[in-house]
Amino acid sequence: MAQLICRDLALGYDGCEIVSGLTFEVNAGDYLCVVGENGSGKSTLMRTLLGLQTPLRGEVIREDGLRPNEIGYLPQQTQVQRDFPASVWEIVLSGCQSRCGARPFYTREEKKLARENAEKMEITPLLRRCYRELSGGQQQRVLLARALCATRKLLLLDEPAAGLDPKVTAELYRLIAQINKEGTTVIMVSHDISAALRCADHILHIGDEIFFGTKESYLRSATGRGFAGGEGAAL
Amino acid sequence: MIFDKLAAYIAGYAFVRYALIVGVLIALCASLLGVTLVLKRFSFIGDGLSHVAFGAMALSAVLDVMLKNTAAGDFLQRIGEMPLILVITTLCAILLLRTGQNTKIRGDAAVAMLSVGALAIGYLMMHLFSTSANVSGDVCSTLFGATSILTLTRWEVWLCVILSAVVVAVFILFYNKIFCVTFDETFAKATGVKANAYNLLIAVTTSVIIVLAMHLVGSLLISALVIFPALSAMRLFKSFRSVTICSAALGVCCALLGILVAIGYGTPVGSTIVAVDIAVFALCAALGAVMR
Ligand SMILES: Nc1ncnc2c1ncn2[C@@H]1O[C@H](COP(=O)(O)OP(=O)(O)OP(=O)(O)O)[C@@H](O)[C@H]1O
Ligand SMILES: [Mg+2]
Repeated sequence: MAQLICRDLALGYDGCEIVSGLTFEVNAGDYLCVVGENGSGKSTLMRTLLGLQTPLRGEVIREDGLRPNEIGYLPQQTQVQRDFPASVWEIVLSGCQSRCGARPFYTREEKKLARENAEKMEITPLLRRCYRELSGGQQQRVLLARALCATRKLLLLDEPAAGLDPKVTAELYRLIAQINKEGTTVIMVSHDISAALRCADHILHIGDEIFFGTKESYLRSATGRGFAGGEGAAL
Repeated sequence: MIFDKLAAYIAGYAFVRYALIVGVLIALCASLLGVTLVLKRFSFIGDGLSHVAFGAMALSAVLDVMLKNTAAGDFLQRIGEMPLILVITTLCAILLLRTGQNTKIRGDAAVAMLSVGALAIGYLMMHLFSTSANVSGDVCSTLFGATSILTLTRWEVWLCVILSAVVVAVFILFYNKIFCVTFDETFAKATGVKANAYNLLIAVTTSVIIVLAMHLVGSLLISALVIFPALSAMRLFKSFRSVTICSAALGVCCALLGILVAIGYGTPVGSTIVAVDIAVFALCAALGAVMR
């Protein structure tokens, strides 16, 4: 059952086109990896899928009763002001806001969910710390925990492993795979092509040539062979 | 000695009690929202709106003169100038937020235009239409709030109490949502939180606070009431909740102290409160530096 359908999408800023002709479908329970060179428009695609910016042409259709407040999102960069006073706990919990609707306060279940996600990202000891005083990798984990709190049907990750140490990275990929197995659709932008090929079942390649298909067909395609290099053989 | 005098004032004069009640409530509202306004880089909107409120006040003074002895004039007289100023300022707040979002030029140019324009037109109108002998005295009083807090009517006090209660209630009910859109608006929008609606709420609440605060400190000094407690609290605390609580506490204490000093020594209320705010900020900055 398709959850997201993109038809002949053209992305860009101020009428300036970056990519065009993107047509693909994401089914419920899929694990889609978006790959491509720097500046090819991956983050732009994520922002368009979320409705944060309008496409130049084409359309993004949400199907299967997918509502915006069921989507979790990890941005590539979060511009938080340097002097913002916020504790890690407040930030992780704010991921549950999309579940609240008009309700003013968080329920006990939502607080429990936030604690569990903090536990998963191994930031429980940091919960009372001030966000701006954490290291880059620690901040990334806090934002990941927040994204997990917001996720109900679909999780969008823009380079989640940036700045994480190898142990946490491996743990992160395992965690995402598990979330995916439990039924959540995952769309992930990653430069870690080997991880992408290991985890994902579909690949979207953005660049001069656009490819969309299953992992196996990607490895057979010319684009895939060029981009993934020897990785395909390793699988 | 001075305490006896103060106690006698508070016991003896209703207007002193009114000033204390209204001052504390306004300071509470301003400092609560101040944290958000400072963090969202909205402090300039507060400043711009206060000038708009000045223009609106001038307009209502003009209407007062022009509509004298008509039914509408009587009605205006009875409800006072506050409702009119409130409506105009709120409309401008909405307008500013819209232009800030939609156009390529960020909001600050629009704010500067609107605020300086309102200031100039307001002064011009007061000059042209005012029947009072002392126009510059009137202008000074609206800009620096010289005595207006000591001349509140009963109805204005009630309006202040009700509006502040509404502002505090809104803040508490929307506290989590306000944090969410203040910390990361992009994430909030991406996950289906109605960020624009909450921004609008923040702007409207701000305009209510500004109109209220005009009586306390005058339109030029309102920003001080909004930003100083928040900035002081941010020197000391590192989580949003503790900063908000500390800011509210500091705002209330400074206002109380400022009003008492002003009454006791006969200094202008507005500038005395702001002076206390500045002193407390210096203290907090020093304390913050020591704790680090
Ligand atoms: N706010 C913006 N305004 C105008 N152009 C932009 C803006 N953001 C990005 N671009 C341009 O759009 C193109 C695609 O950017 P995007 O961030 O989507 O790339 P990306 O694929 O995510 O790259 P990376 O791998 O470095 O994250 C780039 O050429 C960039 O210069
Ligand atoms: Mg990117």
